[in-house]
Amino acid sequence: MSGIAVSLAGEPAVDSELARAHGLSAEEFALVQKLLGRMPTFTELGVFSVMWSEHCSYKSSRVYLKTLPSRGEMVVAEQGENAGAIDVGDGWVAVFKIESHNHPSFVEPYQGAATGVGGILRDIFTMGARPIASMDSLKFGSFEHPRTRYLVGGVVGGIGGYGNCVGVPTVAGETMFDPAYNNNILVNAFCLGLARKGELMSARARGVGNPVLYVGSATGRDGIHGASLLASAEFDASSQSKRPTVQVGDPFTEKLLIEACLEAARSGAIVAIQDMGAAGLTSSSSEMAARGGVGIELELDRIPLRQSGLTPYEMLLSESQERMLLVAERGREAELQAIFAKWDLHAVVVGKITDDGRWRARYRGQIVADIPVRALADEAPVYRRPAAPPAKPPARPAALREHPAPRAALRALLDNPNVASKRWIYRQYDSLVLSNTVLGPGSDAAVLRIKGSRRGLALKVDSNPRACALDPYLGTVSTVCEAVRNVACVGARPAGITNCLNYGNPERPEIMWQFARGIEGLREAALAFGLPVVSGNVSFYNETEGRAIPPTPTIAVLGVMDDVSRRVTQFFKAPGDRILMVRSQAPSLAASEYEAMFGASAPGLCPIEPGREKRLVDGLVVAVESGLIRSAHDVSGGGLAVAIAQACFNPELPMGAAIDGLDAASPSELFGEGPSTVIITAKQDDLSRLSRIFSDAGLECRVLGSVTAEARLRIGSVLDEDVRELAGIYERSLPRRLQGDDS
Amino acid sequence: MKWGVIRFPGSLDDADALWALGEVMGQEARALWHKDETLGGAECVVLPGGFSYGDYLRCGAIARFAPIMRAVAHFAAEGGLVIGICNGFQILCEARLLPGALTRNRSLSFICQPVTVRVENAATPFTCAARKGDLLRLPIKHGEGRYVAPEAELDAMERRGQVLLRYVDDRGEASDAANPNGSMRSIAGVANERFNVFGLMPHPEHAVESALFGQDGLRLFESIVLSRSSLRLSQERAVR
Repeated sequence: MSGIAVSLAGEPAVDSELARAHGLSAEEFALVQKLLGRMPTFTELGVFSVMWSEHCSYKSSRVYLKTLPSRGEMVVAEQGENAGAIDVGDGWVAVFKIESHNHPSFVEPYQGAATGVGGILRDIFTMGARPIASMDSLKFGSFEHPRTRYLVGGVVGGIGGYGNCVGVPTVAGETMFDPAYNNNILVNAFCLGLARKGELMSARARGVGNPVLYVGSATGRDGIHGASLLASAEFDASSQSKRPTVQVGDPFTEKLLIEACLEAARSGAIVAIQDMGAAGLTSSSSEMAARGGVGIELELDRIPLRQSGLTPYEMLLSESQERMLLVAERGREAELQAIFAKWDLHAVVVGKITDDGRWRARYRGQIVADIPVRALADEAPVYRRPAAPPAKPPARPAALREHPAPRAALRALLDNPNVASKRWIYRQYDSLVLSNTVLGPGSDAAVLRIKGSRRGLALKVDSNPRACALDPYLGTVSTVCEAVRNVACVGARPAGITNCLNYGNPERPEIMWQFARGIEGLREAALAFGLPVVSGNVSFYNETEGRAIPPTPTIAVLGVMDDVSRRVTQFFKAPGDRILMVRSQAPSLAASEYEAMFGASAPGLCPIEPGREKRLVDGLVVAVESGLIRSAHDVSGGGLAVAIAQACFNPELPMGAAIDGLDAASPSELFGEGPSTVIITAKQDDLSRLSRIFSDAGLECRVLGSVTAEARLRIGSVLDEDVRELAGIYERSLPRRLQGDDS
Repeated sequence: MKWGVIRFPGSLDDADALWALGEVMGQEARALWHKDETLGGAECVVLPGGFSYGDYLRCGAIARFAPIMRAVAHFAAEGGLVIGICNGFQILCEARLLPGALTRNRSLSFICQPVTVRVENAATPFTCAARKGDLLRLPIKHGEGRYVAPEAELDAMERRGQVLLRYVDDRGEASDAANPNGSMRSIAGVANERFNVFGLMPHPEHAVESALFGQDGLRLFESIVLSRSSLRLSQERAVR
């Protein structure tokens, strides 16, 4: 069945050259013609180019993603819907996902980051869940690079500008600065939503004759080819000219859309609903139809427009923000329209569900596109691209000549922007709205209470690109372990994983190899912890002029607490408490901040055994639930010495520490980062019970020393520092670099 | 007592105010819609935080034209109690129900952090459960909270005791360093001349539970409850 569709007067002739300019390869263009049985119209060419783009089709990653464990007894919705969902008890379902908005944020940092937040919010409330928290994982270039300050200001401003105005708290995140991201920053936005069990919305269209409603903002020319040309290609010198492909956010409309969609969801009149995100109207309509195995017909003359004169091509490819497409129960359109009218939003019937399995668009009495739904969604090309390890070993920092004095190293690390306080960033975000934030930014993991329940949710996002650059497999395992450990440090039981996999150009075998190894690591770690990978996102083509970013799988973990009042913070609580170190193996300086600052001395990454890590995490949760732990802190950037210092920085009252149970002369003990260490404090009376939990699990558990009232950090005979002075270094690092403010 | 929390398009802390008043304090609190023209019998009206109409124009400049604002102005003129928090404060200033204006923070960026405020006048319906000089720990979260007014007007306001809250440090001293947004005279909250309309940038509704931010915000809401019940008592006595 070829279907009949026409190109309109004035539209360019479709040929192989135009197809190439749309990012379709010669083989892909041939496949389009074969699936259609004819030459595509200009509109159809545009539609195929976005739907078959890497960004929308996952054509290079799909075969790998299938290998991830996505099921689990708590999993309610898995990959395939707009986001994953987990049953967290008491009749509540947590819906969460993380997504990249890297290229738009590099080209136009404020709007790129803002619309990244807006897009991931829509993925959550389209599921019928109220968004209750956001997090962000950010990677910037070094402060020596001339654009870094501008990009940091823009991205942080955009995240705050959108998130604050839409009323969803930003509760956690991570930020790293490294020259490897000078020309390709990363902005990964996470959102968590909460819904009543049994009330999740579907994105599966059904019911022949059911009307299709367009709701939200009107369509403009912004974001056309954002997915295909911006997100699915490398950067080069001309990339700045792609600024018009970046969308513009309107958080006020998004807030109205959240309230209206959640109210509409409760009406029971919605059959299916999906965000018009990447590839806008095209992807939302075709994906919903494909999931439901039905056809769909759109009347483009009815699309609400911001300006007159948009062509069908532009309407179908526009990525204007704050729009949703929904399929309603026939006869209940007016009911839904009344809800959207209450919130002053468009809700227009623009099409209907058909039984012929075709995706059809009409405009001014003509059919401008008529494509089998399956051709757009399921029959998109799938590639198993060649993968091969790189010929050269990964680059390492220059060899270390001489270890700096511990005092100098500690001070330099606390001032290192990757280690230092991120308060300058998170203070620009509303972390309190919705009144659920039990632990906010600056903690190992954020903790939210669930109102009307004793339960709480913990969340954290982590990445470790330096380790992944050395070994993409071990680095990914280690990243998952770190995120899981962070969630356990506050006392939550890990429940699910989502991920955003940021890599270079998948057409290069060494990049594909990094990706494949990363997926293996993610799979291995998830299986070892028994955690489902409920949702995810892949961002390829993160490279500029042939230089790729280090492999950067960003891992977010959600944890559940039965009793949120038991949550634990990283800060030392009272003098006399004993300080313990628990770890599944000794740390290494490889891929550490210490190594990046002072030079390489360790041969390579320590292997990590996720099975032992699971025992550590289980032990932590049991210890918190038994009330044995007064504070817990994961050792990460800067190593043990930095972690102990951070635990002393209690905002209520700075504490000190006297450490004598450590080989203080060893730089790897003091500053090594991985792959697995937690420092905890406990009352002397609880010490033996606590140690037994970990020693029974075969883990190293050692008393390091005690918390002191005098705010000094003493480690053996090598360090004796004033804690307030260290805290000053830690707090001033980012303000000084970002606003030249030394106060 | 009966509370009404106005929901403008773009209000964000309306649910928090309803939670604090209704669930935490056990008050009779309900939402009022911006298109309504009456206040549903509320004895105190709350204009909550948020970004009404996106605040794409001056903050609060559009919300003041919402249909319900005529009812609010009328209610205030009759002596009814009105409290505006953050965006609500901005709206009350735009509506000329409170003196002064709120402009962009000195840092030019949004700030979310705890602050300490000192109660400057405890003889008002909004502060009577506190004592003069009491320090309250509350969160702020705003981009445009820098309070400004002509010097002469500020002098008059200070004389009349209209400055109810001032940003101070831990020791209770006002200083430039303890002033988070550059407000003139470190002003965090003001009342009108009749002391029945109150606006403040800090968020008392986010400081009502010890498990979250602490409970200092309760002091302000409890003052309102206290003043209402003593008013009711004195009215009853007058009737008798």
